Amino acid sequence: MMNIGLSHYLTVAAILFTIGIFGVFLNRKNVIVILMSVELMLLAVNINLVAFSAFLHDLVGQVFAMFVLTVAAAEAAIGLAILVVYFRNRGSIAVEDINLMKG
Amino acid sequence: MNIAEIPSLTAVIPEIVLALGSMGLLMLGVFGGDRSTGTVSWLAVALLAVVSWLVSSVTPMERLDAFSGMFRIDGFAGFMKQLALLGSALAVIMSMSFNDREGIARFEYPVLFLFATLGMMMMVSANDLIALYVGLELQSLSLYVVAAFRRDSIKSTEAGLKYFVLGALSSGLLLYGASLIYGFSGSTGFDDLAGALGGDGKAPPIGVVVGMVFVMAALAFKVSAAPFHMWTPDVYEGAPTPVTAFFAVAPKIAAVALLVRVMTGPFGPLLGEWQQVVVVISIASMLIGAFAAIWQTNIKRLMAYSSIGHIGYALVGLAAGGEVGVRGVLVYMAIYLFMNVGTFAVILSMRRRGQMVEGISDLAGLGQTDPRLAAALAIFMFSMAGIPPLAGFFGKLYVFMAAIDAGLVALAVIGVLSSVVSAFYYIRIVKVMYFDDPGPVFDRPLDPATSIILIGTGLFVLLFFVVPAPLIAGADAAAKSLFGG
Repeated sequence: MMNIGLSHYLTVAAILFTIGIFGVFLNRKNVIVILMSVELMLLAVNINLVAFSAFLHDLVGQVFAMFVLTVAAAEAAIGLAILVVYFRNRGSIAVEDINLMKG
Repeated sequence: MNIAEIPSLTAVIPEIVLALGSMGLLMLGVFGGDRSTGTVSWLAVALLAVVSWLVSSVTPMERLDAFSGMFRIDGFAGFMKQLALLGSALAVIMSMSFNDREGIARFEYPVLFLFATLGMMMMVSANDLIALYVGLELQSLSLYVVAAFRRDSIKSTEAGLKYFVLGALSSGLLLYGASLIYGFSGSTGFDDLAGALGGDGKAPPIGVVVGMVFVMAALAFKVSAAPFHMWTPDVYEGAPTPVTAFFAVAPKIAAVALLVRVMTGPFGPLLGEWQQVVVVISIASMLIGAFAAIWQTNIKRLMAYSSIGHIGYALVGLAAGGEVGVRGVLVYMAIYLFMNVGTFAVILSMRRRGQMVEGISDLAGLGQTDPRLAAALAIFMFSMAGIPPLAGFFGKLYVFMAAIDAGLVALAVIGVLSSVVSAFYYIRIVKVMYFDDPGPVFDRPLDPATSIILIGTGLFVLLFFVVPAPLIAGADAAAKSLFGG
């Protein structure tokens, strides 16, 4: 029977975080997918924080995770609101259509 | 017991007043409707002035911690807060007549500026990773909304969307870095981190170094330093012009303050690890600011690349490290604020038959059609190029001196060379204004408040060399307070 240690949690979090980053950059379809990828990154961070908190016997990490959850909710709300306004103007939320200005 | 006698609350009175005041103005706007926009805007400016006075009266000479060390006020925080408050107040004033003419005057606008400013003040004073994150997000979330404020314009909403996606990504990087730092050092407080990382001379845990790199990348995003600058030109071009004026000053100043505090505070003992990274970021920003701006035809995009370059120069001071370097950064950011506000006051007056124009070629012949406006813009352009005796020269002088003192001669040389290259496009604007054939005249240029801002910033930039002492001394004291004690 294998023991689940700190490194297992960190590995899962690192994998999720990487998937999130790739989701932001590689996806060419839909902005909603980008929003989901950002959420995935933040949740990976939360796994990290809670795992560290449990293994350090220190509550600060869990408090931090609570703050992250709250702010992530506000962030998602604002992101969706901006997306709705954008859709009204452009009629599309495909990533390749967000190209009025070249940066 | 008097509530002001609780030590924690005394330190944060400016922030509490700003928070309650902005919520009060929000209520006023909600009940008064869009008719109250003008009132809310002027009350917002008054509130910022009151907060600025409070900041100057509560800021102690030595450092003072509140909320178990999560929040710190010192001379450095006071100096940067004053700059951020000044930038916000000027941006609100410049926005009013613009928003009226463009038909986007809504009471939420000044309220969002106030919330962003509150976030900046928390960032500047943050002394803990949690406080840093909350302040940064309060600022960023407000900024995403104001970038998309012209909600029937596809450009403005696209700017908001791009800013949101890249900003959220950088917040994710920041948090991941913060979680690693917390896990491998066991603390989120800056003082504890500095204690855990320095002192005993052994190498820092690798997890902390990796986390620090993540945090640095995220903060480089926020100050729009290369190679994390991609969002800047698009957001600057798309956002309504007074919002761009705001983006170019106040959030930059707050983010630079945060970067300086994080790098010199908790990561001060790791100077050897991060100095090379800051040098590379600084060189990349200066070169991109100098070369990419040459081909721009839109003046807002040009200002975006110019601001990337300016951040590169400010980071030269940070790379030099120590009191002298930080003093250079502070002087640079203060002068940068005045130059940028003044330039954007001119850009706001670029309007023909009720339409905003943004092309550099639209400035053609301004020297004949409106000599005063052209003279003001010429002063700001020469100052940004760093031509003595204008203020911009002194900003560059202090950071390059600090770099040479710290032995970073190559960095200073690259900085001087790239500022020569950037002089090309600044002076091209002057050439377009004075030597090209005049185009149609601009509309009756500016409202009185913006004209006063234009004259004030112009005189500051022009006459800074006569009495530089107050600003330099203030920056000196602020830099000392960051390292002292």
